[in-house]
Amino acid sequence: MSAAASRLARLKAGATLPRPELPDLFWADFAAALLDATARGLRVVAYFGAPEAPSTRLYLVLADDRGAELAVGTTRLSGESFPSLTPQCPQVHLFEREIAEQYGLRPEGHPWLKPVRFQPPLRGPSAASLRIPGIIDFYRVEGAEVHEVGVGPVHAGVIEPGHFRFQCHGENVFHLEISLGYQHRGIERALGGGPDRRSIHYLETAAGDTTIGHGTAYCEIVEALARCRPPARGSALRGIALELERLASHAGDLGALAGDVGFLPTASYCGRIRGDFLNLTAEICGNRFGRSLVCPGGTGFDLDESLVRKLLERLERAFADCRSAVELLWESASAMERFEGTGTVPREVAAALGLKGPAARASGLDRDARRDHPSGIFRFHHIPVSLGDSGDVFARAYVRWLEIQRSATFVRELLAAFPGGQNRVEVGTVEPLRLAVSLVEGWRGEICHVALTDENGRFERYKIVDPSFHNWSALAFALRGQQISDFPLCNKSFNLSYCGHDL
Amino acid sequence: MLKLLRARIQQGHRTLSYPGGPPPDLPERFRGHPVLAAGGCADGCAECAAACPTGAITLQPALAVDLGKCLFCGECAAACPTGALTYGRDYRLAARERGDLVVTETEPVRLAKALDAKARRLFGRSLKLRQVSAGGCNGCESEVNVLSTVVWDLGRFGIQIVASPRHADGLIVTGPVTENMRLALRKTYEAVAPPKIVVAVGACAISGGPYLDHPEAHNGADAIVPVDLYVPGCPPHPLTILDGLLRLLGRLESEGAQRRKQ
Repeated sequence: MSAAASRLARLKAGATLPRPELPDLFWADFAAALLDATARGLRVVAYFGAPEAPSTRLYLVLADDRGAELAVGTTRLSGESFPSLTPQCPQVHLFEREIAEQYGLRPEGHPWLKPVRFQPPLRGPSAASLRIPGIIDFYRVEGAEVHEVGVGPVHAGVIEPGHFRFQCHGENVFHLEISLGYQHRGIERALGGGPDRRSIHYLETAAGDTTIGHGTAYCEIVEALARCRPPARGSALRGIALELERLASHAGDLGALAGDVGFLPTASYCGRIRGDFLNLTAEICGNRFGRSLVCPGGTGFDLDESLVRKLLERLERAFADCRSAVELLWESASAMERFEGTGTVPREVAAALGLKGPAARASGLDRDARRDHPSGIFRFHHIPVSLGDSGDVFARAYVRWLEIQRSATFVRELLAAFPGGQNRVEVGTVEPLRLAVSLVEGWRGEICHVALTDENGRFERYKIVDPSFHNWSALAFALRGQQISDFPLCNKSFNLSYCGHDL
Repeated sequence: MLKLLRARIQQGHRTLSYPGGPPPDLPERFRGHPVLAAGGCADGCAECAAACPTGAITLQPALAVDLGKCLFCGECAAACPTGALTYGRDYRLAARERGDLVVTETEPVRLAKALDAKARRLFGRSLKLRQVSAGGCNGCESEVNVLSTVVWDLGRFGIQIVASPRHADGLIVTGPVTENMRLALRKTYEAVAPPKIVVAVGACAISGGPYLDHPEAHNGADAIVPVDLYVPGCPPHPLTILDGLLRLLGRLESEGAQRRKQ
């Protein structure tokens, strides 16, 4: 370990540090620590600004997967700019753009400095009226027969808005640039001053298809700050809900992927089977997306014996249907021909971009927060990591199927040995002047939340990093050299969140 | 091929018999239309209103829940010391007028009325809708999508979600309408040939939901476009959305009229 990196403070995911004890580094040491750590394989899980008179302090959170811990450093900026580290460390490219947009600080030397969300700045005068989403200086390829295709923000399917700009030569895509921000609702700004009665609803709807994932990450932050430990029963139920969310989403994605190549049996069966898994969550809490299920201190609902039996029985039925529907897909040569070799993201690119979740594992990156930084029930009940290697649409689809099988086993085992005791405990008050970090492996990948509390125990800054924040760049990369007609297939193979990115 | 056929047999026929038959089973813990018994309120108690994250509950002149703001999180019912506010199982929540979404004890359920005769002649047998997500969290979008699966099979009612506003008779809007989607929603609405309808699905699209009064959003669709049908929920159950659409087209009117008489 270099001298610079050794100055970073260490903590576990789901833990806190007192803010006065956070390392306050000179820029040169801060930058050296970041570059040194990422060169040794640590990942940047959060890198953001927070106001500190007279300017801004930058906070860096790195994940050391092998050491199962996190490293934190900070540096105070005095001017209106800072040197960009993107040229040496591409995985910070969007974080730096975000810092520029939120705090008006210019990362000097950033190769790609464009808006992230077209959001009003979190500090200083608002120039919002001057910014029109989707109006940026798009990368352009010039030349004979080169043409440009613009898609969105309103798409043909029932999906969220975003703008995609393709530079094409005939059917082939030279370059895809993605411009988002249409979904920006001001969640991080609104969480300031919390926790309050609306806080959890912001997280449940930050990416509404990841209600359990973001809800759990939020609860782990609050519990860490309040020195509260949810009981085993509540933790188990959260784990079950997290895996049910994964089962539903992965089953739906496999159906949608089949639909995009015109293989209708799997498409229509899986569309329904997704609903069967969502309905299991609804049996637990009344809502198909798990709203109100996870709450600080445990869960808002409990299971009795008859419900456990009902869930087990319906899980088996849904899983059997899922197996029959999904196996058809692998046996269809025409579907596999479309999946294999399409939208490939090589392992080294996936690592450089800091990819997360099934997309990272499909490219052979062995990372999964449930194993590497376990919290809650995952500390006691392990789930094997599913890996692919080809990094194409096939690998992203197949990793999902492997994860479906492992999640089903996990839920089955946990229901069969459902812990006794209470499902929820009282949560005390949040400690002032602390930093808390949580990592939760949602179905799209690792969700990172970071909270800074002020001297009154209120959120001074709440940072949310959805896995989509990292993974959208991979979709853009995957399209290079592909046919534009394969865009829907490539897009669905990532199935990223627009609102989780835009916040 | 044999495997395909075997899978086909295993998967079976899954399309609901509803509305010809009974509606599908809802989960036991489903939170539908609130049930108010304001007489049961303790003097001066305001626990429910204090617990509500979106200010959906008012106590003056009488206990009232605005379903347009309600997230159906159940915090109010949990906070109520006397059981004067609970959530029932009635999934029929959609309304034609924004004011009809405010539930009081004396007038509990006001089902959505059908379009007028002329509009029903136009849309009753074929309604094409374009969906616009304007800050939606993919909850409402997913539940709208579900209506096109084999279980719900929206096509059997002549209703279809189409790819372009130019092909559509109206819009389904989800999300609180972010400032960054305001122009796109407006343009999409203008691209639909008149006469046209707008359906606002979910608490966000009706009132802003959790994003109520955020400067980054516009408190729902009717700040930007006129709305013909409001479907409450966070997100609404697919059955609630289907019920609203069918009522709008007058396909459940007779049943509704019967219930109103009861």
